[in-house]
Amino acid sequence: MLTYTIRRLVLAVPTLLFISVVIFLLLQLAPGDPMAQVPLTVPPEVKQKMREALGLGDSIYVQFWKWLVQFFWVEPQVLIDNIFGTHFADGKLRVLSWQTRSPVMDIVVQRLPQTLWVVGMSYVVGVLIALPIGIYSAYRQYSVFDQLGTFISMVGFSVPTFFTGVLLIVVFSVGLGWFPSIYDTTLQVNDWASFKLQIRQMVLPVFVLALYNAAQISRFMRASMLDNLNQDYVRTARAKGLGERVVVLVHVLRNSLIPVVTVIALGVPQVFGGAIITEQVFKVNGLGQLLITAIEANDLPMVQTLTFIFAVLIVLFNLVADVLYGILDPRIRYD
Amino acid sequence: MTDDTRKQASETAPGPDATPEATPAPYAASLAAAGPMPSAPPRSQWFDVWRQFTHHKGAMLGGIVFILMVLTVFVGPLFWTVDPTFIDIRARNSQAITSCILTFSQMFSCFADPSSVGIKASWAHPLGADQLGRDTLARMMAGGQTSLSVGIAAMVLSLILGSLFGVLAGYFRKLDGPLMRMTDLFLALPLLPLLLVMVLLFREPLSAAFGPETGIFILIVVAIGITSWMPAARIVRGDVLALKEREFVLAARSIGTTNTKMISRHILPNVISPIMVSATLGIANAIITESALSFLGLGFPPDFPTWGRLLFDSIDYMQQNPERVILPGVAISLTVLSVNYLGDGLRDALDPRLRGR
Repeated sequence: MLTYTIRRLVLAVPTLLFISVVIFLLLQLAPGDPMAQVPLTVPPEVKQKMREALGLGDSIYVQFWKWLVQFFWVEPQVLIDNIFGTHFADGKLRVLSWQTRSPVMDIVVQRLPQTLWVVGMSYVVGVLIALPIGIYSAYRQYSVFDQLGTFISMVGFSVPTFFTGVLLIVVFSVGLGWFPSIYDTTLQVNDWASFKLQIRQMVLPVFVLALYNAAQISRFMRASMLDNLNQDYVRTARAKGLGERVVVLVHVLRNSLIPVVTVIALGVPQVFGGAIITEQVFKVNGLGQLLITAIEANDLPMVQTLTFIFAVLIVLFNLVADVLYGILDPRIRYD
Repeated sequence: MTDDTRKQASETAPGPDATPEATPAPYAASLAAAGPMPSAPPRSQWFDVWRQFTHHKGAMLGGIVFILMVLTVFVGPLFWTVDPTFIDIRARNSQAITSCILTFSQMFSCFADPSSVGIKASWAHPLGADQLGRDTLARMMAGGQTSLSVGIAAMVLSLILGSLFGVLAGYFRKLDGPLMRMTDLFLALPLLPLLLVMVLLFREPLSAAFGPETGIFILIVVAIGITSWMPAARIVRGDVLALKEREFVLAARSIGTTNTKMISRHILPNVISPIMVSATLGIANAIITESALSFLGLGFPPDFPTWGRLLFDSIDYMQQNPERVILPGVAISLTVLSVNYLGDGLRDALDPRLRGR
């Protein structure tokens, strides 16, 4: 198992390198000029100098190498400096955003809590809703609950998040006025009242994303439970007189959770990607909104870094899913 | 499956595919001696598939809704001949005629003359009009044409790519490794961010080359197509790998069938069912992606409506005219839902293990 994990980690390096090259080359084709916003009164020679200061004068591979060094060598040093108070990264050039001229990673770190709160919470809520629904509708297959559950999960799976989001805003913010339609990130949680405000503004975005995730996961949970409920070991367990609760919730559930856990792990990076739209609907200024503004402003280092972070998440969670599968299911052995 | 391959299969390998009715002539005599011949006429495989499909209520309903949707969107403009770009400024921000239902007691007088009860609505614009007075019904139909065309075209492209790579990887052992590594690489790309970047980068050059509308259409179809072929490729590859071990392939090879003939006449017809299931899911995926792009403001230009764009444009007016948000959203959701149910039913119908239950 350990050798397999190590081999996969080693294989992840060329994958990630390839992805970063693809993203980089794609961005090199960008027609936009980062100097487009600079006033016309600035003479062209000065503009050219400004471009060179951004590192645009170098050839492509030099630019790519610089980005690689900055991202993989300098940024970890900055992280170590921040944790241990050392001075490894002093005076070294970090990945700078063209919009704000501040390090990209600092902005990412600022934006991360919002995304993690909303997206992470919605994923947890989604999983917590999905598992019981999947278990019960498989156990009572073709019952009213099952029919209703599969229909709702099909709807949740088909209705895009930008529509559910807008619909919930129309009903609950515009019509009933129960929840705010905009997520206020400047809110400081320091007492009970502000905590309640924070909960109220999180309800809608979390619900939208949770519905979408729960729909997908409950379908997997149901299918996996159905696969296991007809197995011989279930009959054996019943035959030796175990209670129905033990049979379903211990014997069947533990076996059916194996594929579901990997599906949950695989879904984590997709949630980050899909949250771009939900963040836009509820004006959450998280990573997704950062990416959209960076794309619109032609802020190439920011786009490159953010897209690459998403790619790292995907590769990482693919690996986690495969390893988890091997750990949870003793029948599967990688060698 | 074509008749040709079925004959081949039944002669060489009486596996699950070979229909028992297609017993070759020499055996018929001995069968007749053994017992009475079955009186029912032989059924084709597609008849069985169709029968199973009709038993799936959701799939039938989904199919009907999808066909109705396509008809409304493509044939509807022949009957509702209002130009979607025509500006009737007096009717701007008028509501849908259905808002009369909410006036309860005056409902009938309202349906006769909406202005009498103080609702800005008219039969000239049954679904209302936008902030410039453009007819919502006409715009919904025009938007649906674009959304559905993008969905279908992108699905076709991704299926062609997916089955090409899948068949090549499954059939030629040498190509398997590289092609599947490439599939894995594509699967590891963060797709939505890359789509956004691609649309942003190539919008201008393509608009300049093909005109704003065709340019964006090509761009979005290609962008969605080349980022969504991977699941189809994996499924097709798995099926081709299994098919290659079957006896009818061996038999075909033994009579000297070339690779091209083998793929086109024996392999492809047998992997058509997973491809069809992927096709339905592909349409759903493409429609959602296109509307998401339009919703983020990076899709089609504003004067060229699609359902996603209509939804995006209406958000500012959702307090006055909530139906303007709801209509395109419901249209997208209903289409995707019906296509997903269709896919579910197709998957059940094409799975021989489930058929006949």
